[in-house]
Amino acid sequence: MTFPLLSLIIFIPIVVAIIILFMDGKDKQIIRVMSLITAFTVLILSFAAYVGYYNEVNNLESDLTALEEAAEPGYATAMFKRQLALEEHVEWIPNLGISYHLAVDGLSAPMVLLTGMVAVTGVLISWRIQDQVREFMSFFLMLVAGVYGVFISLDSFLLFFFYELALFPMYILIAGWGWIELRQYAAMKLTLYILIGSVFSLIGTIAMVFVAGSFFNGAGADLFAQAIAGGVLPASTTPYSFDIVQLMLAAEGGAFDVVNYLGIESLTFAKLWFPFVFIGFAVLAGVFPFHNWSPDGHVAAPTAVSMIHAGVLMKLGAFAALRMGVQLLPEGAQVHLPWIVFLTLINVVLGAFIAFRQRDFKYVIGFSSVSHMGLVSMGWATMNITGMAGAGLQMFSHGAMTALFFGCVGMVYDRAHTRDIPSLGGFVKKMPWVALAFVVGGLTSMGMPGFSGFIAEFPIFVGLFRASEEISLTIGGFTLSNYYAVIALLSALGIIITAAYVLRVTHQVFFGEFNAELYPEVGNIAWSDRIILLLLAVPLMVIGLYPNVMAPMIEIGLRPVIAILGG
Amino acid sequence: MDNFQYIAVLPEIGLTIMAMVALFMDVYLPNGQRRSIAIVSFIGLMILSIVPLIFPPIDSSATYWGGMIRYDVLAQMFKVMVIMAGAISCLLAIDTKSLGERGEYYLIVIVATLGATLVASAADMIMLFVALETISIPLYILAAFRRDDQRSSESGMKYFFFGSFSSAVMMYGLSFIYGFSNETNLYAIAQWLGAEAFSTNPVPVLAAMVMVFVGFGFKVSAVPFHFWTPDVYEGAPTPVTAFVSVASKAASFAILVRFFLAVFPESLMIGGISIQAYWAPMMAILATLTMTVGNVLALWQSNIKRMLAYSSVAQAGYVLIGIAAIQSQTELGVASVAFYLFMYTFTNLLSFAVVILFSEATGSESIKDFAGLSRRSPALAITMTIAFLSLAGLPPTAGFIGKFFLFNAAVEAGLTWLAVVGVLNSLVALYYYLVVIKIIYVDRSDDADKPIAVSNPYRWVLAITTFAVIALGTFAVNPIFNWARESARSLFV
Repeated sequence: MTFPLLSLIIFIPIVVAIIILFMDGKDKQIIRVMSLITAFTVLILSFAAYVGYYNEVNNLESDLTALEEAAEPGYATAMFKRQLALEEHVEWIPNLGISYHLAVDGLSAPMVLLTGMVAVTGVLISWRIQDQVREFMSFFLMLVAGVYGVFISLDSFLLFFFYELALFPMYILIAGWGWIELRQYAAMKLTLYILIGSVFSLIGTIAMVFVAGSFFNGAGADLFAQAIAGGVLPASTTPYSFDIVQLMLAAEGGAFDVVNYLGIESLTFAKLWFPFVFIGFAVLAGVFPFHNWSPDGHVAAPTAVSMIHAGVLMKLGAFAALRMGVQLLPEGAQVHLPWIVFLTLINVVLGAFIAFRQRDFKYVIGFSSVSHMGLVSMGWATMNITGMAGAGLQMFSHGAMTALFFGCVGMVYDRAHTRDIPSLGGFVKKMPWVALAFVVGGLTSMGMPGFSGFIAEFPIFVGLFRASEEISLTIGGFTLSNYYAVIALLSALGIIITAAYVLRVTHQVFFGEFNAELYPEVGNIAWSDRIILLLLAVPLMVIGLYPNVMAPMIEIGLRPVIAILGG
Repeated sequence: MDNFQYIAVLPEIGLTIMAMVALFMDVYLPNGQRRSIAIVSFIGLMILSIVPLIFPPIDSSATYWGGMIRYDVLAQMFKVMVIMAGAISCLLAIDTKSLGERGEYYLIVIVATLGATLVASAADMIMLFVALETISIPLYILAAFRRDDQRSSESGMKYFFFGSFSSAVMMYGLSFIYGFSNETNLYAIAQWLGAEAFSTNPVPVLAAMVMVFVGFGFKVSAVPFHFWTPDVYEGAPTPVTAFVSVASKAASFAILVRFFLAVFPESLMIGGISIQAYWAPMMAILATLTMTVGNVLALWQSNIKRMLAYSSVAQAGYVLIGIAAIQSQTELGVASVAFYLFMYTFTNLLSFAVVILFSEATGSESIKDFAGLSRRSPALAITMTIAFLSLAGLPPTAGFIGKFFLFNAAVEAGLTWLAVVGVLNSLVALYYYLVVIKIIYVDRSDDADKPIAVSNPYRWVLAITTFAVIALGTFAVNPIFNWARESARSLFV
C-alpha cells in the first residue's frame, strides 16, 4: 500500500480537533500552537501533493493525448482515471456501492494547495480570539477537514459526506464568533441555502446511481466489463455504485440520455436532473438568484471563516457543480448551460455594481466574491478548454485573492473598529504592509497583466468568443446564436466596475488623510500578520508571471470533461 | 430443534429473572445501597443484549412455541436493540431524585423490555397483542410514576386512554382478520386472504388493515395518532420518556414491518390488484404527514422535552418512508428501517441523557436555559451537539447515514417525490436543532460559572451512546447495515 497522503490530510485535522476538544479550555496558547502546527503540517502535505502532481504533468499530457487519439469506447472516463493521482480506495458499504475513494486530479490539486494556505492563514489571523478558543480552533480544523474531503473525494456519497460535514462547523463558527449584529441571521441563512441546494443534488445523485446501475446490468454490460478489464474500474465493483469514475462511464455510455424518461417524450434523465444537480451545488458558488446568503455570510463571519468561506468554500460549490453536474450529465450541460450563462452574467455585473455601492468595507469584498465567482460559472458554461481552464485558474486566483482581501479587512477592522469606508483613510502610513497587500489583491481582482487574475480571466473571455460560434439557444422555435460574444462584452462591463470599486476603496481607506485621534490603536502589524499577507499575495504574483506552475495542470484536469462533452 | 426453542426465548427468560432480581433487591436492600439496583439491572440487561448475538437464529423460517414465536434475524436485531435501550434507560435513572432509588422503576422497565422483545419476535396475532400490552401497561404506570406531580399523572392518564382506545381498535381489526382467515398465525393468514371472496370487494380487508395500523400508528406516534406524544413526553419522568421514545417505538416498527409483510405481502392479490398498491401509498402519505406535522410543530416549542417529542414524531415519519419503499425484490426498504431504528435508539438515548443531567442539575427543561452550557460543561455541550446533529442528519453522525439509506430506498422504489419531501423536512428539522446548539454555544447566561457535575454512571452512558452514534456514522456502518439486510432478507424467507 502506498503512503496515504490524502487520508493524512483529512484525518490529521480531525484527530487534532478532537484532541483539542478534550483539553483544558484555559490552555489557550497551547491550543493555538497546536492548531497552527496542524494547519502547517497539512499545508506541507498539500504542497507535497501539488508538487507530486506537477512533476507528472508532462507524462500525463502525452498519455491523455494517446487515449484521446485512440478514441475507444469510454475513452473520456479512461482519461479521467489516468489523470488521477495518489489514489486510495477502500470499500466502505460495498452492498450499496459506496467506497472510501480519494484522489487528486489536475483540477483539485491547486484547490488542495489553496485550502492548505487558507488553513494556515486562518489559524494565524484568529490568534487574538480570546473567547472559547478551544471550541473555535476545534471547529475550524473540522471545517478544514471537510473542505479537503470534498475536493479529493472520488465517490459521490463521500463527497456529500464531507460537504455536509463542513456545514455544521461553519454554522457554529459564524453564529458563535461572528459580527454580533448579523451573525445568527446570516449563519442560519447560509446554512439553509447551502443545504437546500445540496439536497436536490443528493437526490439527483441517488437517482443517477440507480439509472447507471440498470444501464450496466443491461445495455452497458460490455462497456462495464471492458472498463474492469482495462483497469479503469476496480475488479470488485458492482453495477450499482456511487463511484464518480463509474458514474462518468455510465454517462459516457449514454445511460442518462435515454429518451422517454418518466414517460415524457424527448425528456432524458440528464435533461431533467442537470439543473437540480448543477444549480444545487452552484448555490454554494453564489450563482444568481441564489447568491443572497453569500455577502451576509461573509460579513457576519469572523475573519478566518470569511477567508475560508469566500476563499475555499465557494470554490467547493463550483468544483462540485462541475464534477457532479457537467462531468456526469454532459448532455444536460449542453442543453442547460446556454441559459445558465445568463445567470452568471447577472452575477458578474450585478455583483460588481452592488459592491461599488457599499459603504461597508467587508460588504464590498463580499459582493466582489459574488461577481468573481460568476466568472467561474461562466467559464464552465463556455464548454471549451480555453474558457474552462480559465475558470479553473480563476478558482485558485480568486481564492487566494479573496482570502487576502478578507485578511486585510480583518486587520483594519481589528485596529480601527469600524468598516465604514468614508470614515477610514490614510492607513497606508500606519499599515504599509496591509496597503501593499490590498493593492496586490486589487490588481489581481481587476485582471491586470502580471497578476493571476489576468491569466484566469483573459482565457474566460477568449473562451466565450470561441463558444459564441458553437453554442446556440433554442426556445420555442426561436434560435439565439452568437450571443456568447455579447455576454463577453457585457461581462467586461463588470470588470470595469470592479476596477472602479477597487480603486475607490483603495483610495479612501489607504490613502488620503489619517485621523490619529479617531484611530489611536492603528499601528503596524505583527510578524504573524505579515506571514499571512505574504503567503496569500506571493502566489498571485508567481502565477501571474509564470502561469506554467499551474495552468497546464488545470488543463489536464479539464480534458476529460471536454472529452465527455464531445470534443 | 426442541432444545432450540428454549434458546429462541433465552433473552426473555433472562429478562424475567432480572425482573425478579430487581424486585428482591428492592425489598431487601437497605437505604445506603439502593443505587446498586440500577447498576445490577444495567449490567444484567447489557449481558442479556449480547445473548441473541451468541445464539443467532439457525432457521429463520421456523416458528417455536406452537407458532407463537419466530426467531429470525429481524427478531435478533430488534432484541439487541430494545434490551440495550432498556439497559441504558435503567442506568439513566440512577441519580434522578424521583426514580433513582425506587426498585419498582427498574422492575417495570425490565418488564416493558420483555414485552418489546416479545413484540419483535411475535408470529401470531395473539402473541402480538399480548406482547404489545406487555409494553403498554408498564408504560402507563411509568408515565404516571411521580404521583405528586400533576403533569406526570395527567400524562399517565392521557397515555392510558389513547393507548387503550387504539388497542381496542387494533383488536377489532385483528378480529376481522381472524374472521376472514380462521387463522391467528401471521404467516398462515395471507393465503386465506387471497381467497375468491375478496376478488370483487376488497373493502373489508382494507378496513381491517387500516384498523390494525391505528394500533401500530399509536405506538410509533404517527400522525394523526400522535396527540399523546408531547404531553406524555413532557409529563413522564425523563428516563421513562427516553425508554418510550426508543424501545417501544423500535419494537412497534419491527412488528409493523413483520405484520404487513406477512399478512399483506406483495403477492397477495385482492380485487385483481396487489395489496401493496393500497398500503404503499397509504404509508407514503402518512410519512409525509408525520414528518411535516412533527417538524413544523417542533419549531415552536420552548420546552426541550416537548421539542424532542415532536422531533420523535418526525423521526417516525422518516422511518415510514422506508416502510413505504418496501418492495419484494430488494431488501433496501426494511434494511434501511432497521438501520435507522438501530442508530436512532442510541441517538435519542444520548439526547435524553443530556436532558436528564441538565434538568437534574438546574431543575429546568426550558430550551433557553441551555444558554451557556458549553461553559458550564463542555462535555455535555459536545455530546448534545453530536446527538442533535445525528437527529438532524448531518455527518459524521449516524443520522446522516440512516437518512441517506431511507432516501436511497425511496428513490429505488420509484418514490423520488417522497425522498424530496423527506430531505426538505430534514431542512426544517435542521433549523430547530441548530437553534438549540446555537443557544448552547453562543448565548450567554448568568449561571455560566456554575459547572454541571456528571457522575460516573452517566459518563458511561454518554460514552457508550456517543461512541455508538459516531461509529454508526463512520466505520461501523457496513457490519450493521449488512446485519440489517440479513434481517430484511429473513422476512422474505
